[in-house]
Order: sequence, then C-alpha cells, then structure tokens
Amino acid sequence: MMKDMMSGFELYQPADVDDAIQLIDRYGNRGWKLAGGYDSLDWFKNRGKGPEAVIDLEGLDALKGIRETTDGVEIGALTTLTEVERSPLLRDRYGLLADAARRVASPQIRNAGTLGGNLSQDTRCWYYRYGVDCYRAGGNTCYAAAPEAMNREHALFGASRCVAVTPSDTAPALVALDAEMVVRNARGERVIPAADFFMEPSVDIQRMTVLDPDDLLTAIRLPASWAGADFYFEKVADRKSWDFALVSVAAAFRTSGAQIDEASIVCGAVQCIPRRLHDVEVLISGRTRNEETAALAGAEAIRGAEPLDYNHFKIPLMENLVKRAVRG
Amino acid sequence: MVGFVKSVRGGDGNDSPKLAPDVPPAAKRPQSVSAETSRYLFAVVRSRYTAYHASSASDGSRDVSEMDSSDSPGTTVAFATTHSSWSRRDFIKGVIASGVSVSGMSYFGAGCTTPLPAQTGGVERLLSLTVNGQVRRVDVLPGETLAMTLRYKLGLTGTKLGCDRGECGACTVLIDDVNYYSCSTLTHRVRDREITTVEGLESPDGTLHPVQQAFVDELGPQCGFCTSGQVMSAVALLRANPNPTRQEAREAMAGNLCRCGAYDHYLNGVMRAVSEA
Ligand SMILES: Cc1cc2nc3c(=O)[nH]c(=O)nc-3n(C[C@H](O)[C@H](O)[C@H](O)COP(=O)(O)OP(=O)(O)OC[C@H]3O[C@@H](n4cnc5c(N)ncnc54)[C@H](O)[C@@H]3O)c2cc1C
Ligand code: SF4
Ligand code: FES
Ligand code: FES
Repeated sequence: MMKDMMSGFELYQPADVDDAIQLIDRYGNRGWKLAGGYDSLDWFKNRGKGPEAVIDLEGLDALKGIRETTDGVEIGALTTLTEVERSPLLRDRYGLLADAARRVASPQIRNAGTLGGNLSQDTRCWYYRYGVDCYRAGGNTCYAAAPEAMNREHALFGASRCVAVTPSDTAPALVALDAEMVVRNARGERVIPAADFFMEPSVDIQRMTVLDPDDLLTAIRLPASWAGADFYFEKVADRKSWDFALVSVAAAFRTSGAQIDEASIVCGAVQCIPRRLHDVEVLISGRTRNEETAALAGAEAIRGAEPLDYNHFKIPLMENLVKRAVRG
Repeated sequence: MVGFVKSVRGGDGNDSPKLAPDVPPAAKRPQSVSAETSRYLFAVVRSRYTAYHASSASDGSRDVSEMDSSDSPGTTVAFATTHSSWSRRDFIKGVIASGVSVSGMSYFGAGCTTPLPAQTGGVERLLSLTVNGQVRRVDVLPGETLAMTLRYKLGLTGTKLGCDRGECGACTVLIDDVNYYSCSTLTHRVRDREITTVEGLESPDGTLHPVQQAFVDELGPQCGFCTSGQVMSAVALLRANPNPTRQEAREAMAGNLCRCGAYDHYLNGVMRAVSEA
C-alpha cells in the first residue's frame, strides 16, 4: 500500500483571503485546502484522495498570528503549532493550549502544522487510512469493529457504526477552554462553539467537523473566562514523540482555596469528538480538590464506556488521567 | 517507486533536461521541452489515457501530442500541453492576480489512476530556489516535494528519504534556519526562502560544521542513514538557541528517528558542539 506518487492537481497559492474563499467556493468538493500538509499529503501520497485543485493557504498571512482582543485572545487558523506552543501570551494565560500543542507529533511537524489543520484533520483509524470502503469512506461496514479487528486505538464512547477517535491533541484543550471557531465562506462568516465544531458519526459519518467543503476556518477565539485558570494537560501515547494519543485529558479549574468552584474536563482519543465530561464537572464542583474527589471523578468519567476487543486498557487509563487532573 | 526510478534513469541516457539545474526558461521551449519532460515524468501511461486526451482535444481547448515510449513497446505516452478553457484562464487572471497558481500534471508517472488535468495557461512551473546560497532554476510539478526536487533534480542526495510520510526525520532540511521535513513540504512553497541541506554546512575548505565534527567525535553515525537529518535538526537548534540544556536538546532532536538507536551519541554530539562552539 505504500505509494509515493500523488495524482496530478492544480496548485493555487493565493495571497489574499478573499481570493482563497473564491477558489474554495469555485472548486467545492473537488478542491482541497492545504495548510501544514501533515494530514493532506498522506492522503495524496496514498492515493486516498485525489483533488482536482489544491488551494495552498500558506500565503494567507492575515490568518497567522496570535492577538489579544477585548474578550480574550484570537489565534489565526494558519498559526503554526510551534508558535502556539511558544507564544508568551498563550503560555501565560492559556497554558492548557500551549501544553497540548507541545505534545503534538514532532518538532518538525509542529514547525509546519497549523492549529486550524490540527483541528480539521481527519481520523487516523488505520483501516480507513489504508483506503478500505468502510462506513466513513461511504461503504457499509466497519472494519475496526469486525470480530477479528485490531482496535486498540479506537473508541470507548459514542460509537455509531464508526468507532474511530479524534486524533487532535489541541481539540480537547480548545473544548475545555470554551473556544469559538470563526468560519468563513463565500456567503459570510459564522462563529461556532468548539463543542459544536466536531462531528459525531451519528450525525454525519463522513466528516470529522461541521466544516463544509467551501468553508474556511479563519480563527480560533479563546474567551477571557478561563484565562489564567488552573490547568492540567496530559497525553499518553506509545512513544513520547510522533504518536497520537491513546488517551489525553485537558482540564481547567477555578478554585477558592481548596474548593473547586468550576471545572471543565475533556478527554481526547476516547470518542470521535473530544469528550467533555459534564457529569464529572457537576459532580466535583463545590468539593475539595483532594484524593477522594479525584477518585470520584475518575469513576464517574468512565461510566458507560463500551470497550472493543483490544482497547479495554483505555478504561483504567482514562480513569487515572481524570484522577490526576482533578487531584492537581 | 519503480516508475520514479525509471523516469530518472530511464531509457536513452538523455535525462539532462530534467536533472540539470539550469534549464532554459519555459517560454523559449514551450512544446518540445514540455513533451520531452513529460516523457521522463510519465514513463508509461497506459493507452487509455491517450484516448482520454485525444477526446478532450476534439473540443479544441487542448493540444495533444503523442509519441512512442521508447522503453515500453506497445504503450503510448500522451501529454496535454498548456491550453485550458477560457473560463478558467479568465478566472485566474481576474482573481488570483495577487497570488500564484501552478497547474497540475501527474506526479512522476507510472501507476497514475486519475486522468491528468489540463495545464492552465500562463503559469510558471519553472522556479528559482535558493539552496545552500546558490540560486538554482528548476522545473517543479505542483505536487512535488522538496525532498524529490533536492535529490532527483538538484542532485543533493545528502538529504535522505526514509518514510516519505513525516515519520522519521531523515529528510530534515533547514528553511530559513528552521528545520522541516522536506518529504512533506511542497517545493512550490519555498520559492522565496533559503534552503540549507547537509551539503551546505561545511566551509569551502572542507572543514566540517561543528555539529558534524562533534557527531563524528561522539560516534553518532552508525549506519549513517539518519545522520544528515540529525545534523540539520541540531544545527537548527543551535541557530535558535546556542546554549541549550541537555533536556532542551533532547526535545529538539525528538523528530529524528534513529533505527540504530544511537540517540545518546547524537545527544552527546549536540552538547559537545555547544561546548566547543
Ligand atoms: C507522523 C505524524 C504524527 C502526528 N502526530 C500527531 C499527534 O500526536 N497529535 C496531533 O494532534 N496531531 C498529530 N499529527 C497531525 C499533525 O499534527 C497535523 O498538524 C495535522 O494533521 C494537520 O495540520 P496541518 O496544518 O498539517 O493540516 P493539513 O494536512 O494541511 O490539513 C488537514 C485538514 O484540514 C483542512 N484544513 C486545514 N486548514 C484549514 C482551514 N483553515 N480551514 C478549513 N479546513 C482546513 C485541510 O483541508 C485538511 O483536510 C501527526 C501527523 C503526522 C504525519
Ligand atoms: S472505525 Fe470508522 S473509520 Fe475506522 S473502519 Fe470503522 S467506520 Fe471506518
Ligand atoms: S522521509 Fe521525511 S520524515 Fe521520513
Ligand atoms: S545511525 Fe543508523 S539510523 Fe541512525
């Protein structure tokens, strides 16, 4: 299956956002937006996707950079993960996102990979990436849930024909921070809460986000509400470099002394979308941040988990990560 | 990979148009060089593509030239040249005035499964790259990666291709002093940037870069396949941070795999280069 040749495509390198939007609109689902390329080029090289036109977003300087706004911070979708990781502003006020970005892939990938691309990337279910005709690819079976399937990396929750998980490390952090996504197309702009941005297979099995082919993610907004909170991010993967999360946790806490006033806890790689643990948040708010509360939170977090043949290990992993986040 | 090797080394030994850095500008050789280049790029295109292009020519919007493939009797090479429909051309003129567009053909050749899109008019596939301080003219396909351009068009084979998927680091080069995987960087992106490969590190008299010397002294290279990538990541680190801690160096080198497991040797090398710089 290892292939090296991409199919031919037209390459556009617009320097202006309006030009890019027109191109995206013109080509629709025959076009492909290229940011860092670390999801895209895999598809092209494996001949999994063969767009007619590739619209290279790299020249859109207007969509790069991190700036303060009246209510928080706005990050251009084309900002690299390295910039997100190193930004003094983000490290100071939204360390959760900087920490998550720092755990993505490898330094070279972070130098090119963008925040927008990291949020919009497709799932890494390796049956699907291999090019089989599974549900997500428009077929009528899930190879990862078949009796003989190898599904160590797959979902514990929310399976609906597809059992793939969200691959992004920054996505759980952004959901935990109540971020908003700014999306533009030829008809205008709309703002989508991070919690509504990711697509469950029960709603649309063929895409990972609400983005339509003619949509351009332009910015990610972080509201001031969680700025400077107590944060916790941890990702467990097979190797410290490169590998996607087996389970990750991103959490934010507001406390008065030892008492938790408000919490926001999200797990990655356990469901097709970042899994926000609302029940846990409600359960622990008002309690003291200690071992007992942590144990309670861990037990609640895994309630309802439905393991596949090879991913039972994710249950105690998730429980422990949530415990550690709450324990602080 | 077979088709690719064939296209580089293929046939009659007349591969200079593709390999030479100083090919003449496209405008001076619109048809013949395109066709000739295509022969190297599309070593074998099955005859059904001939049918595809022949039929598309009948609407008058595309020129088609055909020739026999010298090394593959019974098959035909088809090539659609530079004309495209007016609407698309107008669109490009009108809308993309501020940017650049490059038209697509297939990547290097055989095994192509989709029809080749026609080339759009008026766009320059020839570009100038600044590599190791030298400006080099090269004809680059839209989907071509920097690793391919460096190795197979500019002859800079010090940059290695391990995985071609961003998973090993063997292809690491510097672009404006920052390390990137050249296997996953489209060459058209680095038109206006400074590219440094391992060949560009030693001084004119052959003295090794301090990182290279330190890696030799610390026995970094075992089989040596990952070495040029390791060198480039270490150089990128030292240019950004001349005085890293061992932990910082370890993290900076985390995007370079070594199948021989010489990680500590390389890390010792980085720290030696720091202390001797
Ligand atoms: C070996 C390897 C290991 C990796 N490990 C990790 C990991 O551990 N954790 C992790 O989180 N990620 C990991 N990744 C993914 C990587 O982080 C990339 O950042 C991510 O896949 C996509 O970002 P990109 O900028 O490269 O996007 P691209 O590949 O260019 O784009 C990804 C997708 O998003 C779309 N897109 C991009 N930008 C926009 C936009 N502004 N608006 C609308 N659509 C857009 C593209 O059309 C495409 O469909 C890994 C990738 C590789 C190759
Ligand atoms: S988990 Fe989803 S993506 Fe993977 S094989 Fe099943 S349907 Fe396809
Ligand atoms: S060849 Fe580029 S990372 Fe392996
Ligand atoms: S020296 Fe052999 S792979 Fe690193």
